[in-house]
Amino acid sequence: MSADINNLEQIASQVRRDIVRMVHACQSGHPGGSLGCTDYFVALYFHAMKHDPSFNMNGVNEDLFFLSNGHISPVFYSTLARAGYFPVSELSTFRKIDSRLQGHPTTHEHLPGIRIASGSLGQGLSVAIGAAQAKKLNKDDSLIYVLMGDGELQEGQVWEAAMYAPHNKIDNLIAAVDYNGAQIDGSTEQVLSLGNLRAKWEAFGWDVLEVEKGNDMASVIQGIDEAKSRTGKGKPVVILLHTEMGNGVDYMMGSHKWHGVAPNDEQLELALNQLPRTIGDY
Amino acid sequence: MKKYTYTESKDTRSGFGAGLLEAGKQNENVVALCADLIGSLKMNDFIKEFPERFFQIGIAEANMMGIAAGLTIGGKIPFTGTFANFSTGRVYDQIRQSIAYSDKNVKICASHAGLTLGEDGATHQILEDIGLMKMLPGMTVINPCDFNQTKAATIAIANYEGPVYLRFGRPVVPNFTPADQTFEVGKAVMLNEGTDVTIIATGHLVWEAIQAGEELEKLGIHAEIINIHTIKPLDEEAVLKSVTKTGCVVTAEEHNRLGGLGDSVAQLLATKKPSPQEFVAVNDSFGESGTPAQLMEKYGLNAKSIVAAARKVIARK
Repeated sequence: MSADINNLEQIASQVRRDIVRMVHACQSGHPGGSLGCTDYFVALYFHAMKHDPSFNMNGVNEDLFFLSNGHISPVFYSTLARAGYFPVSELSTFRKIDSRLQGHPTTHEHLPGIRIASGSLGQGLSVAIGAAQAKKLNKDDSLIYVLMGDGELQEGQVWEAAMYAPHNKIDNLIAAVDYNGAQIDGSTEQVLSLGNLRAKWEAFGWDVLEVEKGNDMASVIQGIDEAKSRTGKGKPVVILLHTEMGNGVDYMMGSHKWHGVAPNDEQLELALNQLPRTIGDY
Repeated sequence: MKKYTYTESKDTRSGFGAGLLEAGKQNENVVALCADLIGSLKMNDFIKEFPERFFQIGIAEANMMGIAAGLTIGGKIPFTGTFANFSTGRVYDQIRQSIAYSDKNVKICASHAGLTLGEDGATHQILEDIGLMKMLPGMTVINPCDFNQTKAATIAIANYEGPVYLRFGRPVVPNFTPADQTFEVGKAVMLNEGTDVTIIATGHLVWEAIQAGEELEKLGIHAEIINIHTIKPLDEEAVLKSVTKTGCVVTAEEHNRLGGLGDSVAQLLATKKPSPQEFVAVNDSFGESGTPAQLMEKYGLNAKSIVAAARKVIARK
């Protein structure tokens, strides 16, 4: 198990390098949330999910992942490339003209691994529920995963979906909230308080579990495994994933300021010095 | 003038209900969603026949559009049902991102479109929906004219890959198109061949156009009447061929003159065959409460208005 964790940490380090290099190369994009969610993405695609990088849109008998907060596309793209969905060299095209790696994820350019466009917030949970219901109709017992931002929970549609899933016993669904407490204009506490998030999800009828250390691979693995064990029991499951925006790059941590800002040349060097090259850069 | 008769009047929304049931029988992947308007959308027969393939969403249209998009991932063909206002304006961004931009095979089925919703008034009488939907890249926009055509359209779109907006209405209207018609998406239906003016109508205005054609005939004017049930993609060939012959056109629709069928025809003609055109449509205003007939009269959406527009446009040739 510890060798496994070590391996996942190596992948995560490389994904973090990819993220800062991608964002630096086009001088735009969202490094903060991407770095914070890196461990979760790596744990999903390299540990938890049953999935096939040869990619088929319907994903029959595969676990499917949906990214609702599409602005953290760098971590999504890097993870997909590192998992074999498309060549890692394509990461250099991120946000550039004629690229399949659009600023926010899209199916429109037929990038393997993407099943829905996201970016305009609040829509991913609904889509995930639909995909979960399709799986039930198809008697396909694999799982649906969806990740949302915590600021994103300010969108009303999220709560329409949150009300719907328990009523309909969508128990093949594991939602996660990137609970980093930060959004563009400041902390969620300042901008629009989320209040008692656990109580809110519980009141809506969800089985809630918290991963206190969302940037510790062992904790993340344990949390996802626990969430999986709670599926199939009549309730949807949500993970409150406590992460740190910018995790892995010291000057980006503990601030919302790197939500959507790219590092300059000097800052890139500084970041890369903190992130060991493991598998190899693209 | 070719004679059109009918034995009964029926609502187009019931045509949708009948078509949905039939589509469900033909293809087990057809599923239906509704946002607390089962009775209004006439979805009861489908639900009775296929309870496990129906999803009651509650009053949460944004969630409904997202769930519909998700259901396509797994091969389902979702038909969403609610009023036209809540099918479009209320959920425009959900449709734009999760359905149209994501190329999802969702059929957005919208009842109570336009003024003929009647007494509920302007909050519910959307007159902008065709425009909203036709502006979305890849979206097909269909507005059938009677019960039989709405039923045929509903069955046809289940077999038509890609997002579709299907618009129909609340009131009973003459059911004059054949019960056994083949519905071809994007193909205009020639109702009457004429030489003096082309009348292009969609939805409830098609029957009014036929009435207008009969009135014009009495005045010695031979109108060519075309039923455009598919506004996007527009049957450009049919429009150009007809207007080349007649030299002028009247478009008629239960919609704002901005953004509707008339706009699409005008854009086509401006680039391919500049010709005089008159618009029978709502003149950039909201609706109001009243009976359907009173409203169609007040807002100038009936045979009388089409006759006046035809005479005016012929004089401009």
